[in-house]
Amino acid sequence: MKIIVVGGGRVVYFLSRSFTSKGHSVTIVSRDAEECQWFARRLKATIILGDGSFPRILDDAGADNADLVLAITPRDEDNLIICQIAERRFGVPRTVAVVSDPDNETVFPKLGVKNVVSITRILSTLIEEQAGVEELTNLLALAEGRVNIAELELTKECPVLGLPLAEITLPESALIACVLRGKDVIVPHGATTLSVGDRVVLVTVPETHGKAVRMLTGEA
Amino acid sequence: MNEKKSETEYIVIAGCGRLGAYLANQLSRQGHSVVMIDVDDAKFRNLSAEFSGFRLEGDASELAMLKQAKADKADKLIAVTRDDNLNLAVAQIARVVLGVPVVVARVNDPQREAIFRELGVHTVCPLLLAHDDLMRRFAATAGLSLPAAEREMQP
Repeated sequence: MKIIVVGGGRVVYFLSRSFTSKGHSVTIVSRDAEECQWFARRLKATIILGDGSFPRILDDAGADNADLVLAITPRDEDNLIICQIAERRFGVPRTVAVVSDPDNETVFPKLGVKNVVSITRILSTLIEEQAGVEELTNLLALAEGRVNIAELELTKECPVLGLPLAEITLPESALIACVLRGKDVIVPHGATTLSVGDRVVLVTVPETHGKAVRMLTGEA
Repeated sequence: MNEKKSETEYIVIAGCGRLGAYLANQLSRQGHSVVMIDVDDAKFRNLSAEFSGFRLEGDASELAMLKQAKADKADKLIAVTRDDNLNLAVAQIARVVLGVPVVVARVNDPQREAIFRELGVHTVCPLLLAHDDLMRRFAATAGLSLPAAEREMQP
């Protein structure tokens, strides 16, 4: 895959290093001449010095045949423009804009940039989820965080022990997909009951996640 | 000056530099309600004593800031900071997300004008205006044909 990364700093360095090690061809666009030299010495990537929000610079970076453009400058508005130019002018099939302002997760798609990653939201969700419940391990977030898969260990405080699943009214769009009991893997049905020490694999959406976890743990 | 005061409009301006402040002073004097947004509150000193609108310190590219300025109720929004990408982002958010009927953005670097146009943003480029004006005068004095500004800049 041909990837263009626009931005600077250590994140760009480590990302590019990881992309090149997986065999992708990487071009970095940075406005900082010193940083460009630093990248050039350490990475097997093409380095372009310039402002990536100029079509000419994206052209130099080979946007015409890029598969992915990642805009990760510190300024949301620059990342918006970079992705818009990449998509409209050069027909890049996939662009990703990294943003600080979480509102831009809903604003940018309205302006044609579909893939928006909000560092602020990812970190705050992570911290909120980890802070409350220690028995909870988040396994996976799917569909840009709209579906969450978590593993939850049931302690003796859980209010749902011994009840058949059919009687546990989880919120809508929340599902116990699997129960891990010792070495057994149980795909549950309505009559399955939960016991202490069970680990349940819980599928939720962000709106119901907290409620579902509280119902199973009994924590307020 | 046209003295019709029939309609007062609600106008949001992003960027209180010389151009932004001049516009704000004029529009405010004509009786329009103006909200000025700038990240640097020292820039509000560019506003004259005649300016009777509101001043908001903050980044106009934040949706929350534009909402605080009640841009969703505005008749016009003018983005005239010295940062082209900021103007372009603010203009698009105002038009597409907030539905402001008239949106104009300043282009500082004429090389970017084509991009603004491709993204459907109405622009004003002080440099091109100055260029056109000068060329017109040169043409008038020299009796030459009127050269159009070179607007189709290469990307």
